[in-house]
Amino acid sequence: MTGDLILQTKNLGKQYKRRWAVHHLDLEVHRGDVFGFLGPNGAGKSTTIRMLLSLIRPTEGEVFLFNYSLAREREKALRSIGGIVEKPDFYLYLSAFRNLEIVGSLNGGAEKKRIEEVLELVGLSARARDKVKTYSHGMKQRLGIAQSLLSDPEFVILDEPTSGLDPQGMKEIRDLIRHLASDRQKTVMLSSHLLNEVEMVATRMAVINRGELVTQGDVGALLEKGEKVVTFRGQPAEKLLSILSSRIGAEKVTLKGDDLLVSMPFEDIPAITRILVAEGIDIQAIIPRRSLEEYFLSITESDSK
Amino acid sequence: MLRLVYYELIKTFLKKRTYIGFALVAIVVPLVEVVMKIEGGRFLQYTLRSLQQDFMLVGNLFNGWFVAQSMMNSLWVHIPLLIIFVAGDQLAGEATAGTYRLILVRPVSRTRIFLAKFITTIIYTVVFVFFLGILSTGLALLLLGRGDLIILTRGILILPEADVAWRFLAGYLLAAWAMVSIASIAFFFSTFVENAIGPIISTMGVNMIFVLMTVLPLDFFKTLRPYLFTHYLNVWLRVFEDPVPWQDIATGCLALGGYVAGFIIAAWLIFRRKDILT
Ligand SMILES: Nc1ncnc2c1ncn2[C@@H]1O[C@H](COP(=O)(O)OP(=O)(O)OP(=O)(O)O)[C@@H](O)[C@H]1O
Ligand SMILES: [Mg+2]
Repeated sequence: MTGDLILQTKNLGKQYKRRWAVHHLDLEVHRGDVFGFLGPNGAGKSTTIRMLLSLIRPTEGEVFLFNYSLAREREKALRSIGGIVEKPDFYLYLSAFRNLEIVGSLNGGAEKKRIEEVLELVGLSARARDKVKTYSHGMKQRLGIAQSLLSDPEFVILDEPTSGLDPQGMKEIRDLIRHLASDRQKTVMLSSHLLNEVEMVATRMAVINRGELVTQGDVGALLEKGEKVVTFRGQPAEKLLSILSSRIGAEKVTLKGDDLLVSMPFEDIPAITRILVAEGIDIQAIIPRRSLEEYFLSITESDSK
Repeated sequence: MLRLVYYELIKTFLKKRTYIGFALVAIVVPLVEVVMKIEGGRFLQYTLRSLQQDFMLVGNLFNGWFVAQSMMNSLWVHIPLLIIFVAGDQLAGEATAGTYRLILVRPVSRTRIFLAKFITTIIYTVVFVFFLGILSTGLALLLLGRGDLIILTRGILILPEADVAWRFLAGYLLAAWAMVSIASIAFFFSTFVENAIGPIISTMGVNMIFVLMTVLPLDFFKTLRPYLFTHYLNVWLRVFEDPVPWQDIATGCLALGGYVAGFIIAAWLIFRRKDILT
């Protein structure tokens, strides 16, 4: 199993002027994973990825890539890795093709054919000779993915690859990531602040908040395990509360603003809905959520406040 | 390594900023030399008027060599700025553009990237100095013809024409070396910051302060003088002395080399451990 460990961080931490941006982080990415790295804004995703790509030095802890210590054997550790961190920046006054040539030169040189191949893969062939200055954000994002794939690495690290894209663009990137994983046998790590995005593409995931690991594991298992929460909203609110409390149990009902959060299996939703309608409640919303989703929403909300 | 340098050169020579210096030189040098031709040798005549009674000055002393040498004389004031403009951008420019994130995540050590960038800076500096040299000397000879070279810096020295061309070549080689030393200071400042303005201003500042300390006739500064790189900066003018003070020139070159080494090693120590936050 250890041979399958592509990335391992041990007690990884980074301190900026006394504040820990990332702390006590233990991640494990295995061969074949599409690893979702989920966290709200400012959680420490980019900081972690900067450490993985050797852009910044960890304050404590260690990174192992393909079982090579990044601190001691940097070149070996980075040999089969491609990645992008933060927004995709390039030499704006050069063409996409030239930019990729430059990136390739740092990986032992890239052939013209290979450059054309990756540009084709991300759908930029027609604009390959245009200066990157003339690219839209979405095109730069795709060029960012192209440059990380250029050396045909085994492990691809992408920092919020769908940020700033329209829904169609997001879907294309997700499809591309799935394609990389299933047809090209790549291991992919992608960060995101959208749970549903991670759920759609990832097989394993880690959730990070305020620099610390919240949970890590199989996406399906993490989302299915534990209680499920259903949000009810309706009028009159007092009557709604009393019915839910008596039918499901007062200890399972929490008041949150105008909403009632109820821990219950999703299968019971139709039955309880019929009862509420029969009792004359005007139902405005019934929103089923898994507890991780609920949890993730709550940390994102508390963060934006 | 060659490949790294090749692509650094591409990056540098496809950038507009690189040609600002070339463009300025291509405008200013012809302008000044044409004006000199139109004005004629009035300036030289004025200086020499008192002497003309005592000496017989033969031939045309207001010639291309004289003008080219005067141009060279003013080199150390303006040219450093144009060199710094590019040298200070070598590393800081990557930070500004965010492209450190593109190149420093690759399995190539930072040391090699650093070296490639410094070699590129040297190449740029040498090309630039020789562009200036060839343009200014060539055009001056074309406009004003040839003749013996008169040097007015310390009294009057007249060098026979046959003895002049090699001095220009040696002079520009030494000038290139002096400019590399200034470039390495800009390169050093360039490792710290995220914007090339800082290194450009800092290097100009250091240069100006040192020049002042070198030129002002104060005793305190005199004792410091041997430690300031500006004291050695004018090595290229000394090939126009007769006999050529080779000993002093060698010392000057070594001192400048020491400065280059000092700044580059310090820059490298910073760069290889630097956190890339842009
Ligand atoms: N250069 C820096 N100096 C000081 N603090 C920093 C620096 N960069 C990041 N931080 C802090 O580190 C924490 C983590 O930031 P990071 O960029 O890693 O978050 P993120 O998860 O990538 O967020 P986002 O989703 O917004 O990209 C934040 O609190 C941020 O303020
Ligand atoms: Mg980020």
